[in-house]
Amino acid sequence: MNSKPTVPEHLAPEAEIKDWENKEVASFLAKQKEKKEQFYTFGGFPVKRVYTPLDLKGRAADDIGLPGRYPFTRGPYPTMYRSRTWTMRQIAGFGTGEDTNKRFKYLIEQGQTGLSTDFDMPTLMGYDSDHPMSEGEVGREGVAIDTLADMEALLDGIDLEKISVSLTINPSAWILLAMYIAAAQKRGCDMNKLSGTIQADILKEYMAQKEYVFPIAPSVRIVRDCITYCAKHMKRYNPINVSGYHISEAGSSPVHEVAFTMCNLITYVEEVTKTGMDVDEFAPRLAFFFVCQADFFEEIAKFRAARRVYAKIMRERFGARNPESMRLRFHCQTAAATLTKPQYKINIVRTAIQALAAVLGGAQSLHTNGMDEAFSIPTEEAMKISLRTQQIIAEETHVTDVVDPVGGSYYVEHLTNEYERKVFEIIDEVEKNGGTIKLIEEGWFQRHIADFAYEQALNKQSGDKPVIGVNMFHEPDEVPDLETHPHDPTVERRQIEKLQRIRRERDNKKVNALLDELVAVVKDDQQNIMPVTIELVRAGASMGDIIERLKTVWGTYREVPVF
Amino acid sequence: MSNNIRVLLAKVGLDGHDRGVKIVARCLRDAGMDVVYTGLHRSPEEVVAAAVQEDVDVLAVSILSGAHMTVFPKIIAGLKARGVDDMILMGGGVMPDEDVAALKAMGVHEILLQDTPPNKIIETIERLVADRGER
Repeated sequence: MNSKPTVPEHLAPEAEIKDWENKEVASFLAKQKEKKEQFYTFGGFPVKRVYTPLDLKGRAADDIGLPGRYPFTRGPYPTMYRSRTWTMRQIAGFGTGEDTNKRFKYLIEQGQTGLSTDFDMPTLMGYDSDHPMSEGEVGREGVAIDTLADMEALLDGIDLEKISVSLTINPSAWILLAMYIAAAQKRGCDMNKLSGTIQADILKEYMAQKEYVFPIAPSVRIVRDCITYCAKHMKRYNPINVSGYHISEAGSSPVHEVAFTMCNLITYVEEVTKTGMDVDEFAPRLAFFFVCQADFFEEIAKFRAARRVYAKIMRERFGARNPESMRLRFHCQTAAATLTKPQYKINIVRTAIQALAAVLGGAQSLHTNGMDEAFSIPTEEAMKISLRTQQIIAEETHVTDVVDPVGGSYYVEHLTNEYERKVFEIIDEVEKNGGTIKLIEEGWFQRHIADFAYEQALNKQSGDKPVIGVNMFHEPDEVPDLETHPHDPTVERRQIEKLQRIRRERDNKKVNALLDELVAVVKDDQQNIMPVTIELVRAGASMGDIIERLKTVWGTYREVPVF
Repeated sequence: MSNNIRVLLAKVGLDGHDRGVKIVARCLRDAGMDVVYTGLHRSPEEVVAAAVQEDVDVLAVSILSGAHMTVFPKIIAGLKARGVDDMILMGGGVMPDEDVAALKAMGVHEILLQDTPPNKIIETIERLVADRGER
């Protein structure tokens, strides 16, 4: 072959692109048009045909940098998965503590490396299992925990110094943390060896997931108390998981997911530093939780940008000096809202692709959804396949051999920059308009979330957003052939009997005295709510006892809905 | 009073999933219906009282917590106790197919699950109201 180069070598890059557009692209388009006039990411960022070094012009090379070094774009650790695979952490929870404990042990046997707990709605909302509001919900969507005895059953036979336990709970989180601490102390564990995470991110509840009990100010104070308590007594424990996941699942765009999460982070850090605690004393244990949606490269860019934004916030805004205070570590879950009921088995494929993006984006911990989760909570079989999906990525694909393998991609780097720019722009807008808490009360975040959710619903209807099995390749005669997770109708009765037996057998005088002490503690803003709560759960107080008493002090929160 | 179809959208129990109900609220409003949304965490009694007070054509309950087999019988009993026999009761959310059949047998007029396109929701309500006829 003796073909002449079509591009003269003296052309400058800008001119070369123009030349290419006028020649190769134009002649190709003349034969076949592109599918759309303009392409966009799932999150709405316009996307060009191709990216080149020109798209990164004017950016400091330092912004990409190296893994384990400020601004941590490429990863929180210098060696990432070459040293340690992410934690495979499938969430589980149903029935009683005993029931979920069996699932935990099954997952550990299958090679899972961390635990994550889903609680039932009453536990999440601070109601005991025998409260009238709990009827029909006990042990259904998660495990029912009323007292320390339930927590002990949940964690039975699990080595708490070796396996990290994540508790996915918010308004009542500090009570569960107290139960976890009391259970570990009873076993004689070293508090500084316990590792795990309590979600305890209350602000995103008001924005998105809508599990709240108390008004915003006392709820944020509880979060503050969890953070300061753990910083002093549990060096390896993550006292908060600042979460974008639920913001996204409630319908927000990915860029709002990150921006709103950072708004919440800023509020918590401000609250803790007001107590006089130095940012470097607690920031190394702050942890995050993001979703991984279906737009593969956008999600990778999102994670990389989140790390850079966080590093800059912590160093420049809060004056952190310890690099560990600036490195963002996150748990990731694939996007439950992308799962479909029709042709449910293809959810395995969706989840695998999302999980791969999470790994290329540098997640520290990962939950992959079960194929049957559009029907009910997952079966053992569904969870095993999800776990195997992670194991295939970790062991068979070699994507873990190189840190940040997409780093340097013109497209991904450009989108990372765009994400960073837009996230800071949204944070500025929030601050100009009065700050996170004020805007939650005004429904500002909620409106943004609802707007994007509505737009997506219309796009699915029109087919602009293809969903295989739903608006494309739909099979109208499909008969699903799956067995779903059965709900055990005896759970509610068993749980209530246990709770009422504990109430009868405990020293009620002691519980009442401690509840009075709790009220005194919460009325004094300088005190920490954790020590008295640990005493309470040890004495057999139920979650409902504690929450109901505090409602008499703080009242409850009710949102003004926006749609 | 206008001739618009009147709909009360409700969330009952502890379930906080409100993405779907808000989408439905907006699409019904955009279709010209009068929409009232109760907000979260209502009891069945509160929902029935609100539906009667607002004198709606349709009471639509969104539920994704799995408590539908507890909630709907209470709403049906509440409507009966108040002597309401011409209100259309609908459900939406995530529910097993066998429960959908059981709920319809109990007297729920229609249940529309996840991924139902907005236009189908609008058409279903318009059809049910037309079938019911003038009140």
